[in-house]
Amino acid sequence: MGFLDVTQKLFEGFGVSCLLFILTLVFSLPLGLVISFGSMSKFKPLSWIVRTFVWIIRGTPLMLQLFVVFYVPGLLFNIQLFSGDNGRFTAALVAFVINYACYFSEIYRGGIEGIPKGQYEAAEVLGMTAVETFFTVILMQVVKRILAPISNEVITLVKDTSLARVIAVAEIFFVNEMDYLAYGIVWPLFYIAVFFLVFVGALTLFFGWCEKKLSYYRV
Amino acid sequence: MAFLEVTGLKKRFGNTSVLHGVDFTMEKGEVLAIIGSSGGGKTTLLRCLNFLEMANEGTIRMEGGFTFHAAKQYTPAEIREMRLKMGLVFQSFNLFPQYTALENVYIPMQLRAKEALRAEYPFGHARREAIGNAKVRNMAQAEKLLAEVGLADKMGNYPYQLSGGQQQRVAIARALAMQPDILCFDEPTSALDPALTGEVLRVIRSLKDAENGRTMIVVTHEMEFAAHVADKVIFMADGVIEEMGTPEEVFGNPKSEKCRAFLHGEKV
Ligand SMILES: Nc1ncnc2c1ncn2[C@@H]1O[C@H](COP(=O)(O)OP(=O)(O)O)[C@@H](O)[C@H]1O
Ligand SMILES: [Mg+2]
Repeated sequence: MGFLDVTQKLFEGFGVSCLLFILTLVFSLPLGLVISFGSMSKFKPLSWIVRTFVWIIRGTPLMLQLFVVFYVPGLLFNIQLFSGDNGRFTAALVAFVINYACYFSEIYRGGIEGIPKGQYEAAEVLGMTAVETFFTVILMQVVKRILAPISNEVITLVKDTSLARVIAVAEIFFVNEMDYLAYGIVWPLFYIAVFFLVFVGALTLFFGWCEKKLSYYRV
Repeated sequence: MAFLEVTGLKKRFGNTSVLHGVDFTMEKGEVLAIIGSSGGGKTTLLRCLNFLEMANEGTIRMEGGFTFHAAKQYTPAEIREMRLKMGLVFQSFNLFPQYTALENVYIPMQLRAKEALRAEYPFGHARREAIGNAKVRNMAQAEKLLAEVGLADKMGNYPYQLSGGQQQRVAIARALAMQPDILCFDEPTSALDPALTGEVLRVIRSLKDAENGRTMIVVTHEMEFAAHVADKVIFMADGVIEEMGTPEEVFGNPKSEKCRAFLHGEKV
């Protein structure tokens, strides 16, 4: 087991992990906003259904959700949703997006509901429409309030991508497992840790920078 | 007909009746002070006048402005149009924290200018140019208003960098920028240190003394201010107007027992 061999494999697996990470964010960040609007809806049945769904997703392990998404359509309904080359990856992505969108929706909800009523009323008496109020007054205050909790979730997501291994997505652990298990070699495990540490470190710097960018005002 | 006519205004929250039928009128250029102990419905009245609350019964009529009948249904756009004839300055300022003093005044003006220009020019270059011109004009107007409230040197400050008195003066400039026909104040100095109330009251007073004096409704606990600046004083208690008249009448010779007791407590 040469260092270069392992490095090359790690990069392959890491590429898959990164793709899962990025696509999960791309879909779950906006979807979370939609879900948060649903959970805040004045139409009670909708808000009740959405909140129950969020409660279930947040209350069960992501690993379980991965199994359900990947196996249940085929086993119960005989639908091959996730066949083909990218089937496993797609199934993992679907589970991750649903799971993270629910977490994000709760963060958004907290951020939006935490904006003082006076901000809406000030905008109202200045003749702003609901859309103008959201985009010119509310949004940036919400962004500032949710930055810290969002960054926590994003960092958790980096590490959660390794869970995709349970449905055999070729992420960083899966591609290397054979090597270190078969030969009893330990060091690649620490090498994997370095990948995660670097990734998380970069994200921490990025979010620190965002926080600094937003420090010109206080909410 | 008076400039503003409020007739039979009633407001309930659930089963609790808060305004039991409020009637008053005021003329253009007048300053009306509303006094009364807390819980009397003063805030609710101002909120109804600004359509933050919808009155359950009664009418609000502004000459050359609008007529609001509580019994009728209005679309959000219609309410917005009526609301723009009124201005409201809050007890707690409610400045937008992510914008500078100048932006707080300028942005709401520019939004309305944009709306008007979008209707006027369907699309394209002419519209962009008109919006650009409006920006220059509104920016200059915002600067002028901030200078008028004594904040020429604080335009670039964010709200957290301003004292309460300065924040409230920005809020006044922001309300003036929308050119309301009547400007309402809900206890504009109650959230301020006593040392800072003077600067805000002076600004309100200067609005009255300006060339074409502003029409204003000021809910206040500053009896001194009500007595010297207002043309007319209303004393409210338990959702009704108990006493109404000139400052001399209300402070000098109140007829209502409740008003006498209140003024005695306030030591006027
Ligand atoms: N949104 C509301 N829901 C229920 N009760 C309210 C609401 N707003 C005000 N009230 C009640 O109406 C009464 C008058 O309140 P308010 O108009 O704030 O009086 P004031 O400004 O004179 O102190 C109070 O008893 C208050 O509890
Ligand atoms: Mg009040």
